[in-house]
Amino acid sequence: MKTIYLDNNATTKVDEEVFEEMKPYFCELYGNPSSMHTFGGQVHKKIDEARARVAELIGAADPSEIIFTSCGSESDNAAITGVIKSNPNKKHIVTTKVEHPAVRNMCRYLAKNGYFLTELGVDKEGMLDLDQLREVVTDDTALVTIMYANNETGVIFPIDEIAAIVKEKGSVFHTDAVQAVGKIPLDMKSANIDLLALSGHKLHAPKGVGALYVKRGTKYSPFIIGGHQEHSRRGGTENVPSLIGLGKACELAGANIEYENTEVRRLRDKLEDNLMRLAPDTRLNGRKDQRLPNTTNISFEYVEGEAILLLMNDFGICASSGSACTSGSLEPSHVMRAMGVPFTAAHGSTRFSLSRYNTESDVDLVIEKLPPIIKRLREISPFGRDNL
Amino acid sequence: MWDYTDKVRDHFLNPRNVGEIEAPDGVGEVGSLACGDALKFMFKLDNEKRKIAIAKFQTFGCASAIASSSALTEIILGMTVEEAERVTNQDIADFLGGLPQEKMHCSVMGREALEAAIADYRGEAPAEKKELEGNIVCTCFGVTDVELKRVIKENNLKSIEDVTNFTKAGGACGTCHPDLAKILAEVSGEAEKTLPAEKPTKKLSNIKKMQLIQETIEREIRPSLRADGGDIELIDIEGDKVIVAFRGVCSHCPSSEITLKENVEKKLKEFVTDDIIVVEE
Repeated sequence: MKTIYLDNNATTKVDEEVFEEMKPYFCELYGNPSSMHTFGGQVHKKIDEARARVAELIGAADPSEIIFTSCGSESDNAAITGVIKSNPNKKHIVTTKVEHPAVRNMCRYLAKNGYFLTELGVDKEGMLDLDQLREVVTDDTALVTIMYANNETGVIFPIDEIAAIVKEKGSVFHTDAVQAVGKIPLDMKSANIDLLALSGHKLHAPKGVGALYVKRGTKYSPFIIGGHQEHSRRGGTENVPSLIGLGKACELAGANIEYENTEVRRLRDKLEDNLMRLAPDTRLNGRKDQRLPNTTNISFEYVEGEAILLLMNDFGICASSGSACTSGSLEPSHVMRAMGVPFTAAHGSTRFSLSRYNTESDVDLVIEKLPPIIKRLREISPFGRDNL
Repeated sequence: MWDYTDKVRDHFLNPRNVGEIEAPDGVGEVGSLACGDALKFMFKLDNEKRKIAIAKFQTFGCASAIASSSALTEIILGMTVEEAERVTNQDIADFLGGLPQEKMHCSVMGREALEAAIADYRGEAPAEKKELEGNIVCTCFGVTDVELKRVIKENNLKSIEDVTNFTKAGGACGTCHPDLAKILAEVSGEAEKTLPAEKPTKKLSNIKKMQLIQETIEREIRPSLRADGGDIELIDIEGDKVIVAFRGVCSHCPSSEITLKENVEKKLKEFVTDDIIVVEE
């Protein structure tokens, strides 16, 4: 059975070209980039190239603003702790209620350890109230950390505007851009973003590698304390093959960003429009015109997400859900709850996230198979029976 | 991904006995949309009124909830009511070749629906009876101490995690964890025999309250708003605070505040409980 992979916000396929670029650095060019000999030293040049490619994709002024890490979560953790350790007198952090756990749980951990935390809410379309942001940021605010785009709904926050507000208030701004990098054009040179986290495996690089952008001049203390690697801002011998892969993936993402915003967007829209037309009692979660081009999150009322996923699984279709049963936490997703999605709909929320590898036939198969699945589950459900 | 047995997959993909029965002898409803799973179960006895001749279910929930419901109907077909009464949640799980620990609450839901249907058959009011039977320990999922003790004993549960897996209690806000620990200790006889502090007993269970609120909105409130081209949506329930949103013409109606207090809140106070406060999202 062919796999119809529509779960690219969870992880992505490693691009063949990325894999090819990485291969020599396992068994042949395995030297340590810190070594004095040429065998190791030549690897260092390749790392510099990778760093420049990452910098290029996000429009950083200089490659030295990029620190390689082990994953998106490390980048987020490092950004948050790196900033607050450098500003020990400020005890307030501002974030939102819809962040990824890498930010949310780190902030909550700090809130239990002497920090005062403000979590901004979102409206029913998943958007922030910027006036509220202006009100809560004070002289005591060490850091504002707000995601670029939401992993569940694809909703994009107006980050440039947010960053400008934070700068005006004299605080530091970090954005978790794990879902945005490679999907929408970014330019650090023109934005007031101080720190930005990205992850390799969301943009066709391997798992286990990420990067943190730290704007030159931002006060920052290392998260992993060790050797002099990454200009002493992140200890630990470099994950050489993976960060070379990340560099290549960034180059490819830059070349494909237009395709992402035209063709991938067209397929996403086709999927979304047809599912919402063919299955009654559906609702779109997230502001329609402020989203990543690859993501759609649709609630099918009166049915439960895990059941939907398992039935789609039988056709090889991979997607994800915000239902309680898929998380094991017994509560539906915190993003759906923060948006005030009624529980009749939150449990049946289903996310499809596309990539440049998806084809017309992938989308057509879901359009063909999913509406009957919803109908079938509604026939079993005691709710919503008037609408069968 | 959950590790389901082939039998669970089979009963999920091909559920047996889905539907409703005309003039059933007993009907049991447990859970709610808010909780993420709900089961409506009914049975009809044979002409001699001895054995269960037909059993049907409707389930909103995940694969294991649907499979547990299907299994329940298969298990009790042909049983007398007395025999059916002795079916435990473990019987349901065993029938399916086992359930993941985190999904055991699905089998408990099946047993509860069966119990409610039998109580209905005997002319008892199941929800009310449950109310009198114990104090609510987990307010998020409306689980009482009596129910907790029973499930802990029947399944020999040892940890709070077990209790959450089997009953959902403690699976959301977590504030009842100390109470759950006390009940666990009490059942295993390790701790002193002191009972947890008395709690108000007349309170509606959360599930019951949510059901009543949903029903009242559907039956008493929505039709009149829809008649005027508007609509209302239930967003959340926090204790006695009911959060709603107006849709359609109501969303920009200057008198929606009056509708909120005079229509929505009044009706909910009348049909659910006097303590209800309604606020707009």
